[in-house]
Parts: sequence; C-alpha cells; structure tokens
Amino acid sequence: MTDHITLQVTRYRPERELEPTTQEYKIPLHEEWAVLDGLNHVKDQLDGTLSYRWSCRMGICGSCGMTVNGEPRLTCATFLTDYRPGPIRIEPLRNFPVIRDLVVEIGDFMRKLPEVKPWLIRDEDAATPQGELLQTPAEMDDYKQYSMCINCMLCYSACPIVGLEEGFLGPAAIALAQRYNLDSRDEGARERMEVLSTTEGVWGCTFVGECTTACPKGVDPAGAIQRYKLTAAAESLKSFLMPWRSA
Amino acid sequence: MSARYTEFHPRWYRPRMSVFWWVRRRSYLIFVLRELTSVFVAWSVVFLLLLVHAVSQGSKQYQQFLNLSSNPWMLALNVITLAFVMFHAITWFNLAPQAMVVRLRGKRVPRSWVAGVHYAGWALLSALAAWLILG
Repeated sequence: MTDHITLQVTRYRPERELEPTTQEYKIPLHEEWAVLDGLNHVKDQLDGTLSYRWSCRMGICGSCGMTVNGEPRLTCATFLTDYRPGPIRIEPLRNFPVIRDLVVEIGDFMRKLPEVKPWLIRDEDAATPQGELLQTPAEMDDYKQYSMCINCMLCYSACPIVGLEEGFLGPAAIALAQRYNLDSRDEGARERMEVLSTTEGVWGCTFVGECTTACPKGVDPAGAIQRYKLTAAAESLKSFLMPWRSA
Repeated sequence: MSARYTEFHPRWYRPRMSVFWWVRRRSYLIFVLRELTSVFVAWSVVFLLLLVHAVSQGSKQYQQFLNLSSNPWMLALNVITLAFVMFHAITWFNLAPQAMVVRLRGKRVPRSWVAGVHYAGWALLSALAAWLILG
C-alpha cells in the first residue's frame, strides 16, 4: 500500500473570491518526489485548475519558489518525505502580490534589477583592441559566488524589509550589482554607487540575514550587502577627506 | 506601483504585513531584539556620562550618584542593560565575518579568525578596563 500525504494548497481565484482560501489534496508519498512532483500530480490527476510556475525541475530556472510550511523554498529541491507525516502547507511566496493560486507578480523586481546595471560596463565603447579580457581563476573567485543567483525571489520572500519598504532594491539585485562590481573586467562601480549607496539601496538593509538563509544557491546576499556598506562608507569618507579625488 | 488590470489579471491579492511580523519567526525575533539593544547601548552611554559628570562635580555629587546607582530599580535596569549590551556585542561579532572579507597573501582569511580577532580585542579591552579599575 502506498503511503499518502496531504498538501494544503493556497488557492486564489480572483474572478470568484476576494481572498485566498486553502484546498487540501491527498497525494501518494514517493520517496523520490519533490513538492513540485506532488503539485504536478495534483495538476495532472486531481485538479487541472491549480496554477503554479515551474520549468526545469533541477534548481536552475528559479521559477518554482513557494512558501512551504512557512519557509521560502524551491519546490523542486524540497522533498515530500522530509515533511512526513504531513500535512504540508504550500503558499505563494511572501512579499509579492498574488496573481492566481501560487503564482506571484514579480514585475517590481524586474523593474528594479536594471537600475543596478547588472552587466559589464567598460570605459571605452568600442571592442577592446587586445581582444579577450582575460581573467585569472582567483579573479573569477571574487565574484563567482554572486553569479550563481537564479532570480528565484526566495530572498525577497524571506526579507522583512522588502515587505515593509516598497522602494527597497532588495537582496538579489544588490548581490547581482556586487557580482559586477567585483569583476576585474568591470569599470562601472562608480555608476552603480549612485543607486546602491542610498536608503533604497544598501542602507535600507538592516541585516536580518534571512536572505542568505533562504538562498538555495549559496549566494549570501546579506554578506554582499554588508561588504558593499563597507565599500560605500570608505568611499564617502575618502571623498570627504579628499574632495579633489571624487571630482 | 501602478497596476493595470485586464481580464486576465482582474485583481491581484496583496497580503498585508502584520504589525507582529517579527514574532512569526525566531530569526526575525532575534533581529528585532538586536535592533532593540541600541536603546540599551544608548542608556549605558548616558549612564557613563552621568558618572563622569558626577565625578567632575565633587565628592557630594559622586556620593549622590552612587546612592542613585544602588537603587534596586536602577540595579535592575543596569542588569537588563548589561544583558542587552552583551547580546548586542556577541551578535555583532558573529555577523562581522559575513561583512568583512579579509585577504592574506591572496587567500581569504577563515571566518572564524575574523570573529576570533573581534573577541580577542573585546577580551583585551575588558582586561585593560578591569586593570584600570581594580589594579
């Protein structure tokens, strides 16, 4: 006899209800099933009206982030058996408007992300005459950790400041800015500072540290933000003591 | 944020954050307590300034300050202050390695070393203060 486990899934159908409700589904409990497999079983076999996002099933695409038993998790990397005997509560990511069921609206992040210019900025416009921009393994190690971000939004869901301050850039955007600031090929740190060293930027962060706990890729956004605070503070001290340098 | 509603997105549900969001998780509660410690850090500074002021005003004022300090409620306040200031220092030192990336000969210094140097500095300064007072 197959074991079973109950999923308590948040439903929100805007055409017929004002607030989310909870619906229970009893699903088979297989050892190799992640929460996402459970949801796929619901969608395929029990209730085709359930809406949620997913794609790669392997922790790369970053689209299946949900709140599982109160914790922001990638549902493809969260196994049903770890919650035995259940029930498992599955809610949409926190700190985002909900479009439908478990699908959240991430437009706010998509608008904030380009503000930090997460791309290589070079002083010269034309292609470099020497061809490739070489980099040593040590130089790559400086930023590699931050380049692992998959924009899954778990850090935004975990951060209370994101929920309280609408203008806050948020953990992933700042970590991605650091990914380029620390890249030996990049020359855009000064441009990014205008956006980062503000109350909506790093100074909005009060170092709760939950973004780092939630991150499934080991990016450590909290560390990135605190490191940048040190950089920004040193820069403003420098420009105060040596105003001719910043001109 | 201005949202344009269409027939496909008739209405987004916007959950409101409860005023008591910080009791929802242990880590949030610890964070709020850490923020609250700043009040007690401020009080310990005020208390020190009051002491310095009393000393500068002569022995009568100093005695008055000592009497005030030995009040049970003042003792209680200062015991709580000590607990919060310790909590502040310990959580701060534990977070320091996350913010400080120190490199020695191209290699990143282990996190435990960064925290260790902070604790060692704390111990050294405390010993110095103890020596000044008791020695």
